Amino acid sequence: MPSKEEIFAKVQEALVDALGVDDDEVTPDATLVGDLGAESIDFLDIVFRLEKAFDINIDRAEMFPEDILTNAEYVEDGKVTPAGVAELKKRMPFADLTKFEKDPNVQNFGQLLTVSDMCRYVETKVGVAG
Amino acid sequence: MRWYWIDRFLEFQSGSHAVTIKCVSLVEEEFEDYVPGHPLMPGSLNIEGFAQTGGLLVGEHGGFTKRVVLAKVSKAIFHEYAKPGDVLRYTCTLGEFNDNGANVNCVSHIISPDPEERLHCEAELMFGHVPPQPGIPDEMFEPQEFLSMIRIFGMYDVLVDAEGNRKPPPQHLLDAEREKLAEYAM
Repeated sequence: MPSKEEIFAKVQEALVDALGVDDDEVTPDATLVGDLGAESIDFLDIVFRLEKAFDINIDRAEMFPEDILTNAEYVEDGKVTPAGVAELKKRMPFADLTKFEKDPNVQNFGQLLTVSDMCRYVETKVGVAG
Repeated sequence: MRWYWIDRFLEFQSGSHAVTIKCVSLVEEEFEDYVPGHPLMPGSLNIEGFAQTGGLLVGEHGGFTKRVVLAKVSKAIFHEYAKPGDVLRYTCTLGEFNDNGANVNCVSHIISPDPEERLHCEAELMFGHVPPQPGIPDEMFEPQEFLSMIRIFGMYDVLVDAEGNRKPPPQHLLDAEREKLAEYAM
């Protein structure tokens, strides 16, 4: 089972390769879209690299639940409804949604995911030592 | 792919890898405007060769039932320019593949006319599977035209499955071709 440091190092490498950014830009608090410039196609690239690095299968909808954000049942006037936020929390236990909950504008969602969130997601898949 | 940037398939193992060749010729239009007086093949056209070879590798693995588009050039390293008279060999190897897309590792070598082959370019490409969308045709090509094109490339002369057995075109392409031929015969 890898340590938290080993998981971070591999996630960092995947993001450096997928996004063409420098190692020192990939800090735990960096957001994928806002700070590292990820675009939608990059998420597929990131998924592939993490699958290979950790020998895991990733359901893209699990990590990037775009289906919730485009579902009329969960979005009203461009904002995710409380039911939608509850669904996001259920789907993304690894992500800290506190900030998003205060202003659940769909457009803010892209700014949400951080490098730490990605590491926590991987931890849920592979476990973590210590 | 409405125009050809590969000349022929040399190898094709379904779900694994594909190898093509491209013969660079002075008659090609890019040499008129790209560094006039110094005929050099632009690196972007080499990516096109990878995209055509790799795109067919990805499409074939999906039974030619998904719309495959080049979505991202994740990495590209150009070691030297190809020139008229050079023969390039493109080797594309399938990496990850799922419902959303695939990534492909690509390498090209200049294999002729110099007796010793040289590394030419290395790249990683990502292809997306584009889902059906309103206003966009379900198929990017007329199926019978597509089948004709990949036959021109000699793909079915070399295509084998994982066990090395020859693999014919998928039935839906053959059916489309048969229907079109029946229309012409009427």
